[in-house]
Order: sequence, then structure tokens, then C-alpha cells
Amino acid sequence: MNLKGKKITVHDMCLRDGMHPKQHQITVEEMVKVARAMDDAGIPLIEVTHGDGLGGASVNYGFPAASDEEYLKAVCRELKNTRVSALLLPGIGTVDHLKMAVDCGIGTIRVATHCTEADVSEQHIQMATQYKELDTVGFLMMAHMIEPEELLLQLQLMESYGANCVYITDSAGYMLPDDVSARVALARAELNPETELGFHGHHNLAMGIANSLAAVEAGANRIDGSLAGLGAGAGNTPLEVFLAVCDRMGVETGVDLFKAMDVAEDLIVPMMDHLVRVDRDALTLGWAGVYSSFLLFAKRSAEKYGLSSRDILVELGRRKTVGGQEDMIEDLALDMAKEQGAI
Amino acid sequence: MSKKVKAAIIGPGNIGTDLLMKAVRSEVIEPVWMVGVVADSPGLARAADMGLKTTAEGVDGMLPSMAQDEVQICFDATSAYVHAENSRKVNGQGAVMIDLTPAAVGPFCVPPVNLEQAVSAQAMNVNMVTCGGQATIPLVAAVSRVQSVKYSEIVATVSSKSAGPGTRKNIDEFTRTTAKGIQTVGGAQEGKAIIIINPAEPPLIMRDTIHCLTVQAPDQARIRKSVEEMIEDVQKYVPGYALKNGPVFEGNRVSIYMEVEGLGDFLPKYAGNLDIMTAAGLRTGEMYAEEMLAGRFSPAAA
Repeated sequence: MNLKGKKITVHDMCLRDGMHPKQHQITVEEMVKVARAMDDAGIPLIEVTHGDGLGGASVNYGFPAASDEEYLKAVCRELKNTRVSALLLPGIGTVDHLKMAVDCGIGTIRVATHCTEADVSEQHIQMATQYKELDTVGFLMMAHMIEPEELLLQLQLMESYGANCVYITDSAGYMLPDDVSARVALARAELNPETELGFHGHHNLAMGIANSLAAVEAGANRIDGSLAGLGAGAGNTPLEVFLAVCDRMGVETGVDLFKAMDVAEDLIVPMMDHLVRVDRDALTLGWAGVYSSFLLFAKRSAEKYGLSSRDILVELGRRKTVGGQEDMIEDLALDMAKEQGAI
Repeated sequence: MSKKVKAAIIGPGNIGTDLLMKAVRSEVIEPVWMVGVVADSPGLARAADMGLKTTAEGVDGMLPSMAQDEVQICFDATSAYVHAENSRKVNGQGAVMIDLTPAAVGPFCVPPVNLEQAVSAQAMNVNMVTCGGQATIPLVAAVSRVQSVKYSEIVATVSSKSAGPGTRKNIDEFTRTTAKGIQTVGGAQEGKAIIIINPAEPPLIMRDTIHCLTVQAPDQARIRKSVEEMIEDVQKYVPGYALKNGPVFEGNRVSIYMEVEGLGDFLPKYAGNLDIMTAAGLRTGEMYAEEMLAGRFSPAAA
């Protein structure tokens, strides 16, 4: 694979996707500290929000240590070169949240929908384009669930609403490099040449690096990852590892590798409540194609009702649940416990 | 056959068509107009086949003959963005507007909770909240009538096939209006709503989860009984409204897991989100019609 000379933008997820393994309890002080260090390491873009995006504070997904507004205000004013992004899932957050985040000083908004439902992002993307300086990204989750041709149509919808960048998101960490190549290559060939293309991976099958390289080779120029892999499931593509590989392959990221390694080792790992790794349940997510943030919910329901978390996750995959359906986990666990005579 | 109140349906999409199929069975309402904006819309053709007058010119196409056709009740099944204008026009002709969009111009009506109060207020515009609101607010009220609810949150999951273009364009209005309804009609101090669209095949039946955080420790026995009674009340007009699991009690959290199967009038049975909205809208229209037929309410041009 020859990627020499390619220029990409890396986007760190620790302070958004990393909220999932932290049960949304990262403090404002921790966020500020991490964000400053990432700024110093030259990471161009970081995401800061509740794990489920703006407005995610809820019984269903978990109440965070601070509000999106508190996090964003505190982080945005600290940064010199790094730009802050916020995630917004229509159906959870609204354009009111978007306006709030812009007022806090974000430079990028990412509007996320399930891969087949791009049309629910129309009002949010169009609102975002009213802000001339705002980098507006459409983000299609669980992209493994549909074929490249179908995915392209959805990406084109987001592009038509005004997104200047669109993402192929492997929320379940299910894709293999060929799955990524096929989707990214078709999108790159058919989207407007000026539209940027991104890939967001999860490391559930330990494919984060391989998939991200496949994405770059096929024409993606934005790659998500998180230092020390702090993210849902087995985490996102471990960013310091990806940066080292990029360095070896001659891919230009503009990030100081050693500083990034230090942030991962000295700041992120000590923040972890548990080691984010490919454990049995995270592996099951990737194998069965299940939304990565279901991990801890399945573990908790399994414990509460005396079930196997792997059984719960496999069944959630069989039922083709999508991002956001955390409420179905306890519901399913109750069904399974009844069947097994446990309650 | 006894006299019926004549009605118009604005919006020949999924919701308007399902409503029409229910309204033709009504004993007190007779649908006479279907209003659309697309000339070759299948919904307009279907309504014309059923003997209704139709127009593709929007509400303006019906206005000149509304009074002559004795239309006294209009149902708006279009979009929150055009609702206020539609309402102003039909109110001007002396017709009551039952709003099935999430525009929330008029007071909310969730029939098993506040139908009588809503109708006795004789408002010229009454709002049916949202499909998710109709499916969940009764149960928020079932908990809050037992004890104070500090916070309530609902998650409505609907199949992709049952979410038409209006629903998709109005997704923010859905979350905002439902959250407001959870407070004002459901009786929770704070409300939040989440909607998920799932494209699985075969389409999933509408699912709704209701979480309540009570101020004091939940009185489990009384909440269980209140929830059971409320479900029976909803089943009177939506027979497929069923408890899947719960109530689950954990600390001050009360969680109720519901499934809503429709009658299959227009879209198949999985689209319970359509049924619960159209059945509630029609039930409200019928209550208005009964008041009109009894001579207790004569809507006047605004």
C-alpha cells in the first residue's frame, strides 16, 4: 500500500466517544486538561459532547458530569490551534442545541443519522450552513448495514443539504478493510470532488488501523480516532498508533507523534475506569454488528438479571437494532430472563 | 342514519389517509374533503375514489366552498411549518381545527388524560401533540397521578417505513412538542423526548419506553395499578396498545416498556404510531362533533 505524501486531518474522539466508557462522567477540568494537551500536540480537531451528542443527557443514555454547554464553553476558550467539533443526532438533539454549541465557539458540527435515514438531517445541516465559518459534516452511522451503492445515495443527500464533508461510520466496528475500501472508493468517485470524505472506526475486531488505512487509500481525507482508544466498545481507532503508522508510511498529519503518545499514556489511560480493550463483549459487538455504546448497558443488564451479556448482544444484532436504542437492552434482558425462568 | 358533522382532512399522506379510513366508520363525523398540494398524489386519488371532494391547491382550493359544504371540523395532517396558516384559514370559515402536526398552536389533547377538559374549553384549535406523545403521555400521567414526577423521558422507536416525509422534516418539532406535552399534560416537572427511526425488515412494531424519576420512592403497588388502568383506557381506542415489560423499579426510576400495534387500516399493523395519532385525533373530533350535534357548541368564524 503506497500512501506516501497523502495529507489527512485526524479528529480525536476521547472527549465525546470516550464519554461512553466513562459513563459520561469526564469532568470539565479533565476535559480542559486533555484538550490543552491535544492542542499542544497539534491535533487539529477534537470532539467534545455527551457521548450520544448534544442533548444526550438522559435516563436512556446517562446523565453527564456537566452539561454540553459547560464542557464546550470551558474547552473552546482554551484552545489556540485545535478546532472543536460537536456531534448532533436528530431525534436526540435539536437545532437549538446546535445554536448553543456555535455560541460556545465550536468550529465543526457533525450531524449524525442511521445510515439509511439521512433525510432527517436536512433541517440541521441546512441550519448549520447558515453559519458561514462552520465546518458542516454529515455522519452516517452503522454504515456496514447497507451496500456501498445505497450508502452513496444517503451520503449524497447529506451533501445536497449543504454538508462540506461526509462520513462513513463503522459504529459497530464490524467492517473489514475491503468493506471500507468499497464504500469509500465509490463515495469518492461519485461525490463532488470538493466534498471531504471521512471514516470513523471502532476497534472491536482490532481493525481500527487497517480500516483507517484502507479508507485513506480509497480517498478519505479525515480519519477519526482517539488517543489510547478511549471510545465506545473496544474504543475508536487508537490514534497514537495510527499516527505512528502514518508517519512510517509517509502520510502527513501535522501531529507531533511523541506528544500524542504522551497524552495517551500520561493523561488518557489514567482516566479510564476500566481498560478499554477487545474483551469478550466488545469482540461480540464487532462480530455481531452491534452499536458500540451498547456495551456497558448490556453488561449491566446481564448482571442485574443473571444473563450472559454476549447472549444479549448477539440477540440485539439479530434484531437489527440501531444507534440510540439503549432502552431495548433492559427490555430484551427482561424477555430473556422471563424465558429462562429467572424472574 | 343520524346527522353527522362534516369534516375535511388536510394532507393525504400516511396519517391523513389512515385517518380517512377510520373516519368513514365514524357515527358522528362524515369526511367530505381531502386537501392536498400534489395533483397526482395517490392519497388524493384514493380519497376521490371514496367519494370525497378533493383539491391539489391546498386549503385555498377548499375555502370558497367550505361553508356551502358545511365543513365544521378540519384535521391537519400536513407539517408543522404550514399548520398555522392552514388553521387561520379554516378558523376564518368557522371550522374547528384538530391539529395532528407537532405545531402546538392550540392546547394539547391526549384523550385518555384530558379529552373532556380540552373539548369543554371549546378552543378553535386543538393539538394532538405527536404520535410518540399519544403513546407515552398517558403513562406519564398514570405515574404522576400517584405521586410527583420530577423528570420524565420517553423514547419512541418507529419503523422507517412508517415515518413519512412530514415526520422526517419535523423531527425537532417532535422532540420539543412531545417534551412539552410530557410536562403540561403528563404532569412531570421536566420532560424529554427521543425518537429513533429503525429501518429493519420486516418493519418493527412501534416501541415506546417511558422513564419517570419520582420525587419520593415510588409506591410500586399503586403505580402498577394506575398503569394497568391507563393502558385499558387507551386500549378502548387503540386495541393494540400493550405492555411489553415493567413497570421496572430501580431507586426512584420507574420504566415502562410498551408496544403499539395498529389496526392496519392504511399502513400495516407495525405502524402503531399512525394509529395512535389518527385514533386520538378522530376521537377528539368526534367529541367536538357530539358537542355540536347536541347544540352545546357552535364554532364561529374567528
